[in-house]
Amino acid sequence: MHSDWRWFIALVSALVACGGVAATAQEATTTGNAAAATDEEKPYKIAPDGTVDWATFSGFRRYNSVCHTCHGPDGAGSSFAPALVDSLKRLSYEQFTEIVVNGKTDVNTATQKKMPAFGLNPNVMCYLDDIYTYLKARSDGVVGRGRPAKHAPKPPEAAEAEEACMGN
Amino acid sequence: MPRLMPASGYVLAVAGALSLWGAQATANDDLLKLEKDPNQWVMPLGNYAGNRYSELDQINKDNVKDLQVAWTFSTGVLRGHEGGPLVIGDMMYVHAPFPNTVFALDLSKNGEIAWKYEPQQDPNVIPVMCCDTVNRGVAYGDGKIFLHQADTKLVALDAKTGKVVWTATDGDPTKGETGTSAPLVAKNLVLIGNSGGEFGVQGHVTAYDIKTGKQVWRANSTGPDKDMLIDPEKTTALGKPVGEDSSLKTWEGDQWKIGGGTTWGWMSYDPDLNLVYYGSGNPSTWNPTQRPGDNKWSMTIFARDLDTGMAKWVYQMTPHDEWDYDGVNEMQLVDQKIDGKDRKLLVHFDRNGFGYTLDRETGELLVAEKYDPAVNWATKIDLKTGLPDRVKKYSTEANGQDVNSQGICPAALGSKDQQPSAYSPKTGLFYVPTNHVCMDYEPFKVAYTAGQPYVGATLSMYPPKGEQNLGNFIAWDATTGKIKWSVPEPFSVWSGALATAGDVVFYGTLEGYLKAVDAETGKELYKFKTPSGIIGNVNTYERDGKQYIAVLSGVGGWAGIGMAAGLTEDTAGLGAVGAYKALSNYTALGGTMTVFTLPE
Repeated sequence: MHSDWRWFIALVSALVACGGVAATAQEATTTGNAAAATDEEKPYKIAPDGTVDWATFSGFRRYNSVCHTCHGPDGAGSSFAPALVDSLKRLSYEQFTEIVVNGKTDVNTATQKKMPAFGLNPNVMCYLDDIYTYLKARSDGVVGRGRPAKHAPKPPEAAEAEEACMGN
Repeated sequence: MPRLMPASGYVLAVAGALSLWGAQATANDDLLKLEKDPNQWVMPLGNYAGNRYSELDQINKDNVKDLQVAWTFSTGVLRGHEGGPLVIGDMMYVHAPFPNTVFALDLSKNGEIAWKYEPQQDPNVIPVMCCDTVNRGVAYGDGKIFLHQADTKLVALDAKTGKVVWTATDGDPTKGETGTSAPLVAKNLVLIGNSGGEFGVQGHVTAYDIKTGKQVWRANSTGPDKDMLIDPEKTTALGKPVGEDSSLKTWEGDQWKIGGGTTWGWMSYDPDLNLVYYGSGNPSTWNPTQRPGDNKWSMTIFARDLDTGMAKWVYQMTPHDEWDYDGVNEMQLVDQKIDGKDRKLLVHFDRNGFGYTLDRETGELLVAEKYDPAVNWATKIDLKTGLPDRVKKYSTEANGQDVNSQGICPAALGSKDQQPSAYSPKTGLFYVPTNHVCMDYEPFKVAYTAGQPYVGATLSMYPPKGEQNLGNFIAWDATTGKIKWSVPEPFSVWSGALATAGDVVFYGTLEGYLKAVDAETGKELYKFKTPSGIIGNVNTYERDGKQYIAVLSGVGGWAGIGMAAGLTEDTAGLGAVGAYKALSNYTALGGTMTVFTLPE
């Protein structure tokens, strides 16, 4: 069912505010922009005992299977690409999304930085909000390096959204 | 007495070549002579057998402590510098990572730049290289230098002028296919393998005509028999014919088309048997649950006829991989005695942590033992079936998707990665740069998109429990499968080793040291801190009666961008790794070749 997520990605590319998995996009339109802005600022939920919510954990996994080869483990950066723990202090959710979807090129005599467009990659696009959530938590210093020790179970909505977005 | 390939064999090989190719001399004739000349370094692994051994003995275990830097050369490129320079006649050929610059330095004129070649490559190729934009070196033959570019182009350059003689395109980088490996030149063919196992690329080795660049044969790692150049009746696995559809039967549906098994490592060649040896990499994706079956012939040692590409024998080391243990590491060809009998051997230190010794004529498995005691994913290898005895606790398949399997040794980097080992016929020992790293591995579902990462697992890496060192440099007896000595290193040893007749073994470290150790004992005899971490291979040559040691420094590669960055902060999640200081506290980027010699 790849046509589903391609359509959905087109939506994200058009920079519809509060994109992400289809279910949350619909919710966002009903909850309004103010609530969404707060979510955007602190999209993660960390319990007092350090248990992270599913989105943060899911973002950790997806980030560290696709993005880390250039941006370094845990968003720490590498000689290849900037540390996203720093970038996320500057970038808005919309800017973040735009760069992931369309890529970014910075190639000249001094530097050869080239980020590919991930807009057609379900491993990234179906988890874009999760990755954002995780990186925001890293950037805000509330989640440390490495794998979060404890995480909330996968909520049924997340499983459904994943199924719908990833297809097969 | 252990020895290299017998000299008498070359007469036969040359005679065979003449009858095949007529009176015309082949590049092979030339190279068979050149590889015996210790004054030059004509192929990346030193010789066809992949031994990285030199007969030069001016620098020896007594005087190596006096070694000094003779001269240095900057490549002007910052990325990880794998491979090493070639020395042919008056010329030294130095290569760099992307953009894959090649320099010809005239050694008769104090290393003046005779020519420089810098290809124009689409920068879109950069992000489809999984583990830094490395290149493992150029090859020489027929008066040409062969460069396997990142964008998969194979370019033949006139060795004297640097002028492009021909260009062949091997693959499509928009699908994630890239080039990182050094070509092998044998007879009238130039062979290259491909990279891109993390992008769902189908692995293959391709042979090109040395004069024209026209494709002569291509052998896939997966798929239908005819495309793999496998004969169901004649190609054997552990002595038995592989049978029809040996690969197709081990994949679900069309998964073999995006099933990896790329061939980005080193190739060796036995001119007597006319066989080429290499290994295939991991099956894609890293999530084993998504690709049921043995996933043949990923993770496999291939022995192929050089002229036709037909597979003589295959051996799959890690069926249905669950840890990313690519089988691409170098294949060392040596003649040694086992149980009192002279054997033609192939010795291979696999990523999976086992050192394999096989009969290279028949593919019979003779020895398979752990070359790092930390290895725990399997207890042993059954020499009859060739199968590893897996430990369920460390099986990412048995534990399943979305489960974090912990404490698996080795890590995905392997007990050793591509960094090639050396073999000394004087000691009969192999000198092996190793990683001493374990991991947690959590696989999960991924979808395939052409040209996009297709990984499906997240990993954490750290040294074995209770230990501090992330690497060892070891001496190995391949006839018994035993470690003779082991020198701990704070970081993975990611540099190719060199053994010499001077009873000295050289290697580089990630902090940037070039080290010389005693071939018998491993005792450190000399070290020098080069400008950056070393992931290149140490080479040697002699000129005007002086022996030189040459190595590229320039940290990067998987070790440099992944592991190194992972060692920066103290966290519970990373365990004992927190006790380490970052590699960045020791070294920074930058490609430099350093050449050493003894003082006047």
